[in-house]
Amino acid sequence: MSETGYNFAYLDEGTKRMIRRAILKGIAIPGYQVPFASREMPMPYGWGTGGVQVTAAILGADDVLKVIDQGSDDTTNAVSIRKFFERTAGVETTTATTQATIIQTRHRIPETPLTEDQVLVFQVPIPEPLRFLEPRETETRRLHALADYGLMHVKLYEDIARHGHIATTYAYPVEVDGRYVMDPSPTPKFDNPKMDDCPALQLFGAGREKRIYAVPPYTKVTSLDFEDHPFAVQTFKQPCALCDAHDVYLDEIVLDDRGGRMFVCSDTDHCETRRGEGHRGAMLGTAPEAITAGGNSRV
Amino acid sequence: MSTALASGFRDAAHDAQKVFRVLMDALARPTTVQPLALDLIPPAPLTPELASIALALADQDAPLWLDETLGSEPAVAQWLGFHTGAPVVSDPAEAAFALVRDPRALPPLDAFALGTEEFPDRSTTVVLAVESLEGGTALRVEGPGLPRPGTLSPTPLPDEFIDTLRDNRTLFPRGVDFIFAAPGALAALPRSSRLTEEA
Repeated sequence: MSETGYNFAYLDEGTKRMIRRAILKGIAIPGYQVPFASREMPMPYGWGTGGVQVTAAILGADDVLKVIDQGSDDTTNAVSIRKFFERTAGVETTTATTQATIIQTRHRIPETPLTEDQVLVFQVPIPEPLRFLEPRETETRRLHALADYGLMHVKLYEDIARHGHIATTYAYPVEVDGRYVMDPSPTPKFDNPKMDDCPALQLFGAGREKRIYAVPPYTKVTSLDFEDHPFAVQTFKQPCALCDAHDVYLDEIVLDDRGGRMFVCSDTDHCETRRGEGHRGAMLGTAPEAITAGGNSRV
Repeated sequence: MSTALASGFRDAAHDAQKVFRVLMDALARPTTVQPLALDLIPPAPLTPELASIALALADQDAPLWLDETLGSEPAVAQWLGFHTGAPVVSDPAEAAFALVRDPRALPPLDAFALGTEEFPDRSTTVVLAVESLEGGTALRVEGPGLPRPGTLSPTPLPDEFIDTLRDNRTLFPRGVDFIFAAPGALAALPRSSRLTEEA
């Protein structure tokens, strides 16, 4: 049920038009950060105000919305944003990646491959990949205009000089369609390859920094690297402790104060789906019969 | 006695959203034909498709430019002004959206805002009313949004439009984005699209 008294999806129509114009420019200039007049939202900066504004501007009554926070559908940020749109737009929501038409994400790309019928909306804290190398906006803007990304290569090189390898593990810079260097938001670099040639449209919203950018479907997204230090994603020694999935991004969970820990899928929907299919990880317990017989278990 | 002003969107929020999503899909997937069904009856010679795009995206911050065909009919500017609040400018370089009813009379590329190297987004979006998205000169392009080269054949088009597209791409990231509005459907060629060699 949607709240009365608010326009559909909270934002007024004038604000949506402004955001929509920015989105269209972002799509036409892949990887370029379009300035927009970000509004104050009923949640603090850092809680996804950019992503929320992008979602509100594209959302229609027929859309099915999924919101994830670090891959999880049931952490605070994801739950509150999902509720926000349930109340202000009355749209259907889901936790199933395959059911969603719009997926708003804080820092993960779902493990399930996305389709042409989906839009992925990223919440971005710092959209400017060069910001920590050059604090002046006038300068970073000029560097983008000149496609002068030497600074970024120096930064990656310094990683190698200091650590022997490129030590950047998240917000790993990418080049979009051979032109703009872009911050993929603080997703683990594990997700970078999923951005390349992705069938879904990817939109990025930075509320505090007031920028919107986009990667159209089927666009070349290359992680920056060197010939002798090629880009590589994280690998994990063991599979998910709950669903036994290999080749997925795992979260480390501390179990006790004696060094006990487990590694589980960061993507909760992927993990639940696999367990539903009968995959069992090494640490997956079995629910007591009293619970499963009650018929209310989620397995 | 003046005649009553024709109505705009029946449902401002949802109609604007539908038009925007069609446009977003068209720009995100260049050359694909995106159906647009809205029962809008704007004053002639403004087409329902041009009118929908203006209503969805133009406002006091996003001025409109009208080509001679549209500009010669005062009811068009009056209707657009009333429903969008957007200024109708006489210089296409000041327009966020240029509505072109007669593509054959399209002004040269540099008449429009092309953005700057530092702010390439400060450019005009050129909306061309065409009779059909098929049957015209084949524009074969590749680039973002396209898993393989795509072809769009809108008609009518200005003479030498292929040269215009090539010049536009040369300016990248500056340039304009083209939207083709045929009865009941939209397609787009954003500045990111590149003509393939054989075109």
